[in-house]
Amino acid sequence: MTTPSRFPEPYGQGSGANLADILERVLDKGVVIAGDIRINLLDIELLTVKLRLIVASVDKAKEMGIDWWESDPALSSRARRDELTRENAELRERLARLEELEPGRAPREAP
Amino acid sequence: MTGLRYVYAVCRPFGTPLQAQLTGIGGAPPALLHHHGLVAVVSTVPAADFSEDALKAHLEDLDWLAATARAHQGVVDALTTVTTPLPLRLATVFRDDSAVRAMIEAREGHFRGLLDRLHGRVEWGVKVYLEPEPAEPAPAPAAKPVSGRDYLRHRRESGRAQEDRWQRAERFARSLHQRLAEHAEEFRWHHPQNSQLSGAPGRNVLNAAYLVPRAHSEEFVELVDRTKDEEAGIRVELTGPWAAYSFSGEGTEENVGEGR
Repeated sequence: MTTPSRFPEPYGQGSGANLADILERVLDKGVVIAGDIRINLLDIELLTVKLRLIVASVDKAKEMGIDWWESDPALSSRARRDELTRENAELRERLARLEELEPGRAPREAP
Repeated sequence: MTGLRYVYAVCRPFGTPLQAQLTGIGGAPPALLHHHGLVAVVSTVPAADFSEDALKAHLEDLDWLAATARAHQGVVDALTTVTTPLPLRLATVFRDDSAVRAMIEAREGHFRGLLDRLHGRVEWGVKVYLEPEPAEPAPAPAAKPVSGRDYLRHRRESGRAQEDRWQRAERFARSLHQRLAEHAEEFRWHHPQNSQLSGAPGRNVLNAAYLVPRAHSEEFVELVDRTKDEEAGIRVELTGPWAAYSFSGEGTEENVGEGR
């Protein structure tokens, strides 16, 4: 990656600016001027960017550090497992509440 | 082939030439368009990519967006090493040079005012994260299910611990911000970054930008560095120096603050 001819990493970008930091600024900050080509960046904003990531290349998304779809059940099997874990936790909580209501009937120990 | 004029930034004329190998969007070299004592930094972009429809589609394409954002930022950054640029928002495009000149004329006063205010200043980004919980003891002990009551108690306790960590992180962020604001001329609070979007681990509790004279930047950086190990479980990240993106917008938002 780093070759002598490469344009030196501008300034302090090595100090941890990620793509989100850049997008946050170039899409959302800076002087707003209506050019000849009118486009409302608010229409895309980061939220849409995020949503559109599903169709983006995985590498690019990794570079951005985006793997949120991994927790969306519609999108990954791992997420479906997480979904089960979550549901499991909910059930445990409900069970616990029931046990507190009826202490006598709480299963004391596993056989 | 038709081309449009993409404007990266507006600045005052500067003596130092830009790096010869600097490229902007689509690999085109940026040029300086002098007008009325101001300089628009422009490059030619294909009309096919920057027509309204094409642009709309492109902006939804992360690869394109990332490459364009980096190219935009690359040019602005190169300018920041030689002058104080006013960065324009991504994808500010005009039909030709005369349209760019007309834009400069129409906004001359505004540009000059901003350039005066920002002259010799840079922006530093500071983010504070609450680190992810240190290896939580396995949520469900692998052996056998604990009783529901134990489980609930455990949940309550870890909820309280979580609350404490939150409060500690917030206190830290507030005190850090106060110290930084004293060393900055102005600041802006940005929305905390979604860790899923930024890829940074932990929970972002402060995301702020500080406007600092270049001459005082070293002190500012040292100040941030010193706080980095102050509090366990809390991470401080510094980015910059950026062109004063966060201080170039026109808006008088609520998140606007003045330092010292």
